[in-house]
Amino acid sequence: MTRRTTWFGALAGAAVAAVLPASLQAQDTIKIGLLATLEGPFAAGGQDGMRGAELALKQRGGMVAGKKIEIIKGSSDAKPDVAVNATRKLVEQDKVQIMVGPLSGSEGIAVKDYSKSQPGVTFINGGSGAQATTLVDPSPNFFRFNTEGAQWMVGLGTYAYATKGYKKMAVIAEDYAFPYSQVQGFMAEYCKAGGKVTHKAWVPLGGKDYSSVIAKLPQDVDALLVVLGGADAVNFLTQYEQAGGDKPMVGGSITVDQTVLNFKGKRRDSLVGTPSAGPMADGIDTPEWKKFVADYKTNFKDGFPSPSLFATVYYLNMKAALDALEAVNGDLSGNQAKYREALAKLVLKSPVGDIKVDDNRQAIGSTYITEVTKGADGVFFNKVVKIIPNVDQRLGMSKADFDKMGLGSRDVPSCP
Amino acid sequence: MSAAQWRKAMNFSATSRHWAGGRVVPPPAGRAATPASTPPAINGQRLWRHIGARHVVVLAAVLLYPWIVPPFFTFQIGGQALALGLIALSLTFLAGYGGMLSLAQMTVAGIAGYVVAILGESGTPQISLGWPWWLVVLFAIAAGTASATFIGWLSVRTEGIYTIMITLAIGVAFFYLAQQNYEIFNGFQGFQKVVPPVVLGVDWRSPVPYYYLVLFWALCGYFFVKYLIRAPFGVALQGVRDNARRMSALGFSPVAHRVAAYAVAGVIASIGGVLLVWYNGLISPGSVGTGWLINILIIAVLGGLRHPVGPFIGAVVFVLLQNFAIDLVDRERFNLVIGLIFLVIVLFSPDGLLGWWAWLRERAGRRLARSAVGGKDWRSVGVQQARPAGRS
Repeated sequence: MTRRTTWFGALAGAAVAAVLPASLQAQDTIKIGLLATLEGPFAAGGQDGMRGAELALKQRGGMVAGKKIEIIKGSSDAKPDVAVNATRKLVEQDKVQIMVGPLSGSEGIAVKDYSKSQPGVTFINGGSGAQATTLVDPSPNFFRFNTEGAQWMVGLGTYAYATKGYKKMAVIAEDYAFPYSQVQGFMAEYCKAGGKVTHKAWVPLGGKDYSSVIAKLPQDVDALLVVLGGADAVNFLTQYEQAGGDKPMVGGSITVDQTVLNFKGKRRDSLVGTPSAGPMADGIDTPEWKKFVADYKTNFKDGFPSPSLFATVYYLNMKAALDALEAVNGDLSGNQAKYREALAKLVLKSPVGDIKVDDNRQAIGSTYITEVTKGADGVFFNKVVKIIPNVDQRLGMSKADFDKMGLGSRDVPSCP
Repeated sequence: MSAAQWRKAMNFSATSRHWAGGRVVPPPAGRAATPASTPPAINGQRLWRHIGARHVVVLAAVLLYPWIVPPFFTFQIGGQALALGLIALSLTFLAGYGGMLSLAQMTVAGIAGYVVAILGESGTPQISLGWPWWLVVLFAIAAGTASATFIGWLSVRTEGIYTIMITLAIGVAFFYLAQQNYEIFNGFQGFQKVVPPVVLGVDWRSPVPYYYLVLFWALCGYFFVKYLIRAPFGVALQGVRDNARRMSALGFSPVAHRVAAYAVAGVIASIGGVLLVWYNGLISPGSVGTGWLINILIIAVLGGLRHPVGPFIGAVVFVLLQNFAIDLVDRERFNLVIGLIFLVIVLFSPDGLLGWWAWLRERAGRRLARSAVGGKDWRSVGVQQARPAGRS
């Protein structure tokens, strides 16, 4: 009986504590909300994203312009409704002044839509890379300091056609917005260069059995463009080899990320030589990148051998948020007007080169073309073979040309 | 044959079950001693006698709630909890009074939600038809109810764990259909910008109007279920739950009653589904995934299956935990807290939070009984009646 009373009391106490508004903060503290996926399919990526964002703050000793920065974390499971609920809680309940997040594409679009109802808060993207977030109906207070899915593939089409000599290819990609963008970024150039994509297989996210897809792959292609993430990529690669597939592969930006390279399996050796492209690479040879990796390793003993894509993009966005805060000396007055102006003008000095934003508040930055290489210590890494600077969201095309092509989808672009 | 007559015939005191939580004031001794003799018919006079101080306080509290809390609590806690509570109410009705544990109630709600997005307006104009909102809502509830009836028709011949399995299978099948069909359901991305209409100059998406909208339907659902479980149909349904063979020997058709119960639950779940898609402003396969099928069960069990107020209490606790557990402990481990609290509630009270309420009342009753002059107070009798016998 008494035990039950204790439990009930504890529960009631917890409920009361939860309902009470967050304690009043001192004037010299700035609250930043940080949202990533700590649950669901991208939990590992979300955790590393949090590490990246925390690193940006740690490098500044937790202070900007004499003000203490308090990070309040939120979590989602890569579903847009959960992401908006978590964001709404951080903004309306915890009263954060700046919001960094979320991680995945459709979450980004949903949070961008929500940001319009909160003009007093500045939203900065976390890791999401959907084209539509900033191209269609952009929000005046949503900034994105990372390049997105289509930009990440710029240069890879030409590299595959000219350098690797793949004249005819087949595509296997997951069936949602992010892979559409990736395939568009690749094909826009590849088709222009004269290549043909004869077969596109769109597979559901989280698929386990790829045998029917593999059976349908045409035999007369030179290579496969594989845009699958995490466990999907590992599943496909394993099954493709078991089925006797031997075509070389070209990877999407998250196909041969650290999460996949760290997969402890026999088959991973077949990844060596696979070209891919993305906003970062393990093998970047600049002092800024090396310092970033060294800082990451010192601060996070439980992290990956090298920061993942999500850690990098969260780092970029959080660093942009803090750098702009430094530029205005922590002044968020006037509905953050000065702060937003500083963000719009900011040239972010980052480990992956300089990044600035365009009129839609979308990043213009570098894309790194890489090939998987086995290091002397047996650790796989992406060796940089080419850097494409100043990639904008219209993939270097004029507005008219890009609008004519439209956003990437299952059928856009096409060159069979 | 009236419900009271057959209840007598079956020697089954259903009334005692209703006293478990339904009555504010424990009944006078005379009536409590002979529950089976009370006719369950509802007339004005009896209805008023059912309304006690607790009802007035709760009603006033939910009506005044948006004026004393910030918009965040009105919308994200209040609005969301009531919408989820309404969906869980359909499960409470099915499981608590029909003995059928259906995991597909979120699927029914999701079908209604998808119909709203497909027939109405959304961020995907290639698929959405843009019909007027009232027609869309009618079709959504009709489609939800029809699918619920179909699910019921498929699963009524099974019992216990097999009902769970077949409804789970239907739910998962619909999840994959929604995720992999691009022509109608728009696949993995689902539909964005599915917002309530602006009617009578009121934007029903803004926190306070939305709260009252969902509160209205929650109260409708609550009183409808309360009425139904005392009406002949509801009593017959409980008879089917307790002994289907006897009921069928008495000339009732258990299958027809069960399918009808699924249809009724389908109406409630569909209304909840429409409100939920308006709350989220979007619907995607994730909204009807296995996680949410189970969450509805958690909400219903957390609150308690013994009374239609249970799912709403469960939903409030669920939504509070979902939002604030992350503030209580290490932020990477907050799901552990949610799980532990669920475990504690279910472990220490198989009847959910309502079970605790009954237990507290029993304690209070005992204390009163001890202090009463005559030694044996009527309350103890009433509370004895309130304890469920043979239910778990």
